[in-house]
Amino acid sequence: MKNAYDIVIIGGGIMGCSVAFELAKNGRTDVLILEQEYLTSGATGRCGAGIRQQWGSPLNAKLAVESTHIFENIEEYTGYSGSCGLNQGGYLLVAYTEKEWAQFQKNLELQHSLGIGSFAVDLDGIKEIVPHINTEGMYGACFNAKDGHADPFHCTYAYAKGAERYGVDIATYTKVTGFVTEGGRIKAVETDKGTVQANIVINCTGGHAAQMASLVHDDLPIKPERHQILITEPVAHIMNPMVMSFHRHFYVQQTPHGSVIMGFGDPTEPVSFNIRASWQYLEENAYVVTKTLPALRELRVVRQWAGLYDMSPDRYPIINQAKAAEGFWTIAGFSGHGFMIAPRVAILVANHLAGKEDSIDINLLSTERYAKGELLVEPSVV
Amino acid sequence: MQNKDTEIMICRCEDITRQQVLDCIADGYRTIDEIKRVTRAGMGPCQGRTCRSLIAFELSRAYGVSMEEVLMPTFRPPTVPISLGTLADAYIEK
Ligand SMILES: Cc1cc2nc3c(=O)[nH]c(=O)nc-3n(C[C@H](O)[C@H](O)[C@H](O)COP(=O)(O)OP(=O)(O)OC[C@H]3O[C@@H](n4cnc5c(N)ncnc54)[C@H](O)[C@@H]3O)c2cc1C
Repeated sequence: MKNAYDIVIIGGGIMGCSVAFELAKNGRTDVLILEQEYLTSGATGRCGAGIRQQWGSPLNAKLAVESTHIFENIEEYTGYSGSCGLNQGGYLLVAYTEKEWAQFQKNLELQHSLGIGSFAVDLDGIKEIVPHINTEGMYGACFNAKDGHADPFHCTYAYAKGAERYGVDIATYTKVTGFVTEGGRIKAVETDKGTVQANIVINCTGGHAAQMASLVHDDLPIKPERHQILITEPVAHIMNPMVMSFHRHFYVQQTPHGSVIMGFGDPTEPVSFNIRASWQYLEENAYVVTKTLPALRELRVVRQWAGLYDMSPDRYPIINQAKAAEGFWTIAGFSGHGFMIAPRVAILVANHLAGKEDSIDINLLSTERYAKGELLVEPSVV
Repeated sequence: MQNKDTEIMICRCEDITRQQVLDCIADGYRTIDEIKRVTRAGMGPCQGRTCRSLIAFELSRAYGVSMEEVLMPTFRPPTVPISLGTLADAYIEK
């Protein structure tokens, strides 16, 4: 770690590492990533790492599709020698209410207009995709064969190692404790290992982003919310796609390794930094999921954990430059789907900072939208 | 002759050899948590009951730090594998 850099990125998750890689690729190689623990120790290393293109609003759909193209050859893209484990078994989104089913038809229309090949299936069609599923109470489902999941650790390390090859420095176990500003501009980052000068600071601290931004008096509407997840022992292959229900707040997928990963988003979860795992969650998730997938009842849970969602009011990320500290950027507010769109968001930010054009207007994602009351509404989140 | 020492199985649940752990260390990974995430060592049914201390030993030797200094990963519940069916039956609907 030198004592001055052009750009300092805070947070060694998928977002911090991908943005470092894209910046360096654009010639801005005097970059440092600061991470308080190890790479992927935040939400990235705790997430389901699901990747879907079945979105209900155009911007998310575009971010997800263009990110999927990168995930499809991320090893080559970053020059990584390992495998990032992309598995495109599809996502089966099941509808449990009439309203949800009607929304799915609208989503399909939007997806088709963007060239996304999702389609609707009836109850028999659902059984063809997942033979052991219990269709009771379902109206139908949507399926997209290109959806899937990847390995969040290897994807992050792929970006990090690619960035390092361009000359980016990474300091792990280095915690950011404050900032120095001067005349309304960011000047330096204070850490527990010393102060680092910077022209630009990019805050990629996920659930901690609002706390971090408040240190430069930037008030961001991003709230931390615990989400829990569990994994079973590995078993023979029993399901291809991710099965997901917005109405019942769950998602389930089998990894290529054979373990089944599932999560349940408790709608009553309070705002907090708590990431302890609870036994109540374990029972409720098991109950909700085995109602739809009774065949999973025999599977034994080997581990459970929790991580933070960084929730924004409209479930869309916030990419914002602080008013009180020019040069201080925040990229956060991913609301539970930041892994799958990070590759494209990183390009968007790098293009902006390199003065290059982009087909997406970055200003759409600033906090201005809340002031103007022009929220980017996403109807389909879990 | 091949050094059989490196063929030793460190994590029996996930088939991870000592060589794979040494490769991770050569790659710059410094903690049990990182090695666990990169190789899956310790993610199997026994949840690292054997491999944790073996990996800690390799880390302490490679980096010249005491076993205590090698960060121990958090043990995650449940302590014994338990079936989803048993858990589901224990749930009382709200
Ligand atoms: C249970 C769960 C399931 C999920 N499932 C999915 C899914 O299926 N698909 C999907 O796309 N997304 C999913 N997500 C969301 C996804 O994990 C996040 O949106 C994404 O990983 C965010 O990446 P990030 O880099 O912005 O944040 P993080 O990965 O949280 O990284 C932030 C980093 O900042 C570091 N940091 C914080 N404060 C400081 C400081 N003061 N100094 C230095 N470093 C600091 C942290 O240690 C952390 O490593 C899920 C999340 C959870 C919790």
